[in-house]
Amino acid sequence: MDDAAAKPTQAFRIETADRGSRVAAVAAIVILLALVLLPVFAGRNLIQDLIFLFYMLALAQCWNLLAGYAGLISVGQQAFVGLGGYLLFALTLLGGINPLLAIPIAGVISALFALPTALIVFRLHGAYFAIGTWVVAEVYRLVFAQFKPLGGGTGTSLTPSVTSTVPGIELVKSVLDVRTPAARDIISYWVALALAAGTLALVYLILRSRRGLALGAIRDHEAAAAGLGVDIYRVKLAVYVATAAMTGMIGALIYLQKARISPDAAFSVLDWTAYVIFIVVIGGIGTMEGPLVGTIIFYLMQRYLADFGASYLILLGTLGIFVMLFAPKGIWGFVSERFNLTLFPTRRRLAIRDRAES
Amino acid sequence: MPLLQTCKLTAFYGDFQALYGIDASLNVGETIALIGANGAGKSTFLKAIAGLIPSPADSVLLDGKPIGSRPAADIVKLGVALVPEGRRLFPSLTVEENLLIGCYGRKMQGPWTLDRVYSLFPILKERRASATPTLSGGQQQMAAIGRALMSNPRILLCDEISLGLAPIIISDIYAALPQIKAEGTSVVLVEQDIVQAMKVADRVYCFQEGRQSLEGRPRDLTRDQIHRAYFGS
Amino acid sequence: MTGWLDALIQGVLLGGLYALFAAGLSLIFGVMRLVNLAHGDLIVLAAFAVLVVAGKLGLDPFVAVLIALPILFVIGFALQHVLLNRTLGRELLPPLLVTFGLSIIIQNGLLQIFSADSQRLHSGAIETASIPLGGGIAVGVVPVLTLLSAIVVIVLLNFIFYRTSIGRAFRATSDDLEVAQLMGIDHRRIFATAMGLAFVAITIAALFLGLRANFDPTIGPARLLYAFEAVIIGGIGSFWGTLAGGIVLGLAQTVGARIDPEWQILAGHLAFLVVLVLRPRGLFPRAQD
Repeated sequence: MDDAAAKPTQAFRIETADRGSRVAAVAAIVILLALVLLPVFAGRNLIQDLIFLFYMLALAQCWNLLAGYAGLISVGQQAFVGLGGYLLFALTLLGGINPLLAIPIAGVISALFALPTALIVFRLHGAYFAIGTWVVAEVYRLVFAQFKPLGGGTGTSLTPSVTSTVPGIELVKSVLDVRTPAARDIISYWVALALAAGTLALVYLILRSRRGLALGAIRDHEAAAAGLGVDIYRVKLAVYVATAAMTGMIGALIYLQKARISPDAAFSVLDWTAYVIFIVVIGGIGTMEGPLVGTIIFYLMQRYLADFGASYLILLGTLGIFVMLFAPKGIWGFVSERFNLTLFPTRRRLAIRDRAES
Repeated sequence: MPLLQTCKLTAFYGDFQALYGIDASLNVGETIALIGANGAGKSTFLKAIAGLIPSPADSVLLDGKPIGSRPAADIVKLGVALVPEGRRLFPSLTVEENLLIGCYGRKMQGPWTLDRVYSLFPILKERRASATPTLSGGQQQMAAIGRALMSNPRILLCDEISLGLAPIIISDIYAALPQIKAEGTSVVLVEQDIVQAMKVADRVYCFQEGRQSLEGRPRDLTRDQIHRAYFGS
Repeated sequence: MTGWLDALIQGVLLGGLYALFAAGLSLIFGVMRLVNLAHGDLIVLAAFAVLVVAGKLGLDPFVAVLIALPILFVIGFALQHVLLNRTLGRELLPPLLVTFGLSIIIQNGLLQIFSADSQRLHSGAIETASIPLGGGIAVGVVPVLTLLSAIVVIVLLNFIFYRTSIGRAFRATSDDLEVAQLMGIDHRRIFATAMGLAFVAITIAALFLGLRANFDPTIGPARLLYAFEAVIIGGIGSFWGTLAGGIVLGLAQTVGARIDPEWQILAGHLAFLVVLVLRPRGLFPRAQD
């Protein structure tokens, strides 16, 4: 037999990037740089608006990972937002820990709470799991409402001794020539940006990893994934705990910036679940770009329509229902199918190159 | 005019084509058998007639009228009843309730009443209050056939009623067929058991990979012909 | 000691209300495996409907509810037929998110029309009437009526489900949708009828909700959680189980309240979680599932 014929003449590579995503990667770096430098030029209002946009984006990415990839549709993530917020207050007010340090600690402790929580709620499935997470969030809310050292049912505020110890305030004040509250906002802005970018990066890395391949399989067809040996329970548990940690950190940041917390606000279904679900559904569930698109749309709607109160919420609900029924892949889903676009390349492609060519 | 006719009947499961234009007919009072290997499209054919799989309106004609696009719930009202593959009795219903629900859609006056079904399959009367998962395979098959008969169908479609059953049970079940035919019902049998099929059928169709490969009366067909039609040459 | 006995009795009576909340939810899940996140808000909607009928026609709520029942049956039928039937399929997300959106729409719609003011259904003397049981303990007439109504509703639901032709159709459709169609069952109408029936149960629950306590557009979600907990504690698939679940929940709440009034709701949630950990299928689950 001919020796050359026996050897394979093709080389295989797994690729994820393509032309569109390479352009997007460069654009992302440029945008990130611009955002970091933004406080130099921007007014306080814009900075506060962007803080809101960043943390909603981060929350949306987390919920999307949970529901869109792991199939865990939770209506109770507000549990970890509130938990993170209260942990921040507890660590700083009661524990004397530096506020910025308290944020990652809050994330770790949230993960620790998430573990036993998961073991309980995982006994439920599907829609019952969803309501179960809501019950758990209510339990968290009611427990914290009893916690007198942090204000019980009426809540409490961060003292100036805490807010003024956020590192970097003096530096920002002198370099950018702003007063203390604005400086604090700017630091919060950078932390929010870091959290948003970090969440995006973390989610992206998870989806590109082997775990991520498993998640994609679970998203596409859970029974088939199980049949192929994916340990569904452990993957779901890992995702639940990881998103709880991220959500906890985001909650800690949110309430550091607001400087005032109460059980009803911290564990609000509307703010931390309804809006987040709306963002993900409108944007496009099960993709990374979807929540990004959804957050921008939501931010614009919130900015210009929120004054309409109950009517605005009716509009959101109606829009959500329409999209769910008639465009279940959301706006990004529609766009990406039409134009075959991907900004965050996570799908693997088999690239075959003829060895003879190289 | 044939009672039931299919004209270039095609069927898809998503992108996969299971039937490639079947032309077949069933005359009043006839019993026809469909044989063929696994995956040949026999069950798909019955499901398409029964309305579980969508088809173009005029690809299935009942009394000359197009029924292809009608939903399953309508088709049973027109007098076509399917005994589905695997029996598929309702586990939340007792044996008797399974029979009773058979005539939910079509409350026709006809020979098949609860008592008549019980006299056809006496064991069902004994087990009338039992939960269906506790029945043996043969008993479940009898219940499934009885359930379909309760709608007093003009056409009974039977999908693999001998599947998974011991030969003696199969004989018991097939012994009921003459009584069903005697009441005027026309029958289409999908069968993997060729011997049994040839014994009871007036005509036989053979399917192979979604296409009709043979048609004729049992006594006119040779073993060789059937072998080739079944497995391909 | 009478304090504890009183708490137990009140718990059972409260359980009747929760069982009423849960009956509709249990029916809907039993027939079409749909968990309606707007369930609690629908109870509130029905309460406002009874309020409006009673107010506009100058009727006692007990009479007004009889008029409201057929109207709400039709609304439920239509809601299922037009909207919710579209969400049913193999995907988990659409029914969840559509009913969640519905919940938000109903809450805010009610807020627009009726404002956030607390409302109450008034029925005259019966509201404060009570029956003394001796030993210093008395039970309110309305709570007793609530429990009795819950039992009646459960008995009726069981009757419909297990002794009627349409009940057979409900069970068959829930077992195997495809084969149910082979029986001539139009599943879309069956689902719509089931939802209409659930709305009847919801309306009866709304009557007693409004008589017992104040209500406003925002209390829906909490009722959903109680209904859900009652169903899970009792065991999915059993109407009597739902009654038992409601009573267990009511008892947990009143016992918790006895220890500390602020712990009432928390005690209920904790009891639910305990049952979930120890008996995940509930106290009286259906034999097969």
